[in-house]
Amino acid sequence: MNVSLTVNGKAVSAEVEPRTLLVEFLRDELGLTGTHVGCDTGQCGACTVHLDGRAVKACSVLVGQADGAEVLTIEGLAGEDGSLHPMQAAFHEQHGLQCGFCTPGMVMAAIDLVRSYPGASDTTIRAQLEGNLCRCTGYENIVRAVRTGAANMEAQ
Amino acid sequence: MHAFEYHRPKTLDEAAAVLARAEDASPVAGGQTLLQTLRQRLAEPSDLVDLRGIPDLYGITREGDSLRIGAMVRHNEVARSREVEQAIPALAGLAGGIGDAQVRNMGTLGGSIANNDPAADYPAGLLGLGATVHTSQRTIPADEFFVDMFETALEPGEIVRSVDFPIPQRASYIKFAQPASRFALVGVMVSQGAGGVRVAVTGAGPAVFRVPDMEQALALDFSADAIRDIRVPADELNDDIHGTPEYRAHLVTVLARRAVEAALNAG
Ligand SMILES: Cc1cc2nc3c(=O)[nH]c(=O)nc-3n(C[C@H](O)[C@H](O)[C@H](O)COP(=O)(O)OP(=O)(O)OC[C@H]3O[C@@H](n4cnc5c(N)ncnc54)[C@H](O)[C@@H]3O)c2cc1C
Ligand code: FES
Ligand code: FES
Repeated sequence: MNVSLTVNGKAVSAEVEPRTLLVEFLRDELGLTGTHVGCDTGQCGACTVHLDGRAVKACSVLVGQADGAEVLTIEGLAGEDGSLHPMQAAFHEQHGLQCGFCTPGMVMAAIDLVRSYPGASDTTIRAQLEGNLCRCTGYENIVRAVRTGAANMEAQ
Repeated sequence: MHAFEYHRPKTLDEAAAVLARAEDASPVAGGQTLLQTLRQRLAEPSDLVDLRGIPDLYGITREGDSLRIGAMVRHNEVARSREVEQAIPALAGLAGGIGDAQVRNMGTLGGSIANNDPAADYPAGLLGLGATVHTSQRTIPADEFFVDMFETALEPGEIVRSVDFPIPQRASYIKFAQPASRFALVGVMVSQGAGGVRVAVTGAGPAVFRVPDMEQALALDFSADAIRDIRVPADELNDDIHGTPEYRAHLVTVLARRAVEAALNAG
């Protein structure tokens, strides 16, 4: 079947098998491998992207469910000059990662979080990131990074 | 995942026609449950009917003393809706406590109740508030909708359109979440309104159920103390690695009391 969607601001149209997952489409068809697959069962959040502005797990969405929608992945965040998005910069500054596997999903989830809950407390940040697992950091620096990223985003 | 046909109907009639015609078709709403089921090949439908493009299935509207929520309304929309927050804050809280943010951005009311997971939150919301389910064919009271584990009154091909929730005087939903899955180990919805007092329990048994003894006691005296000594029998409750039937029976009373207290504080 045919699907047409916007990925990181560019119109994309393709013939796909209906069983194609959004994450497979992004990684295998479009080569956007910044979106990671950690568990492939909807538990870890490593595959988080934005679908019409909302964080979703791309391993748990069929590409048909994104037909006509706008998808934003980690590759679409940086400015044209390569400058990092304020949330990406915050993860860098606050050392919000170790191996980095969970990071693209964390950053995408964090941006939706900040927009949905301006001025979020640490408790809200932790609760809203429940769908993103990190095996390395122990979350402390991630929460700090999200707080800094929120301030950076609000300052912009 | 096995291969299937994918349909994107624009009307309820079109969707119902595909469901009736196809050999073994399944609607897909948010896909948050269905995709995991397909992945494990626990189901292999020949056709998927994506309900996303059907405008009839959306919207949150207050009509007199009841609140209508469309089947395709996502959990996070209910959680953040001003309309819901004003009319039935307990329902907004229930929706905001489902799974995680990403699941709430995709998962829908219709998908949750059609699936009727024994540990899902919405079934307690519907039964505990005395809601009514509107389908492509008829109207079903919540008391008749949830039949058994993963089983509802829906006929094959029948589509949930919306749910009407009577606005209670006071209500509260308290869930003791299983920390890994965030589903309810036990969850209790308590409400008091024009239809009397209702107490509905999810997570504890094979499907959501009411506790008439508690309802009667609360009708006479709506206080946590009124149900202090009321225990549901453990015999038919779930037994798994997360908890014994006795533990779940204990939780039902504890959470029901907390729900009554929270309802009193909110109202
Ligand atoms: C990590 C994770 C955590 C979760 N935690 C919780 C939790 O804490 N509490 C909780 O309650 N749930 C939880 N869920 C389940 C979640 O709420 C699902 O969104 C919900 O159960 C199904 O909704 P859906 O829209 O995704 O339905 P789908 O997965 O699309 O469909 C589920 C079933 O319902 C049928 N269906 C869908 N819509 C309709 C309709 N309108 N009419 C008739 N049939 C229909 C489908 O054919 C399918 O059989 C969790 C899920 C995940 C992945
Ligand atoms: S890969 Fe999607 S949630 Fe883990
Ligand atoms: S930094 Fe390694 S999983 Fe999070």
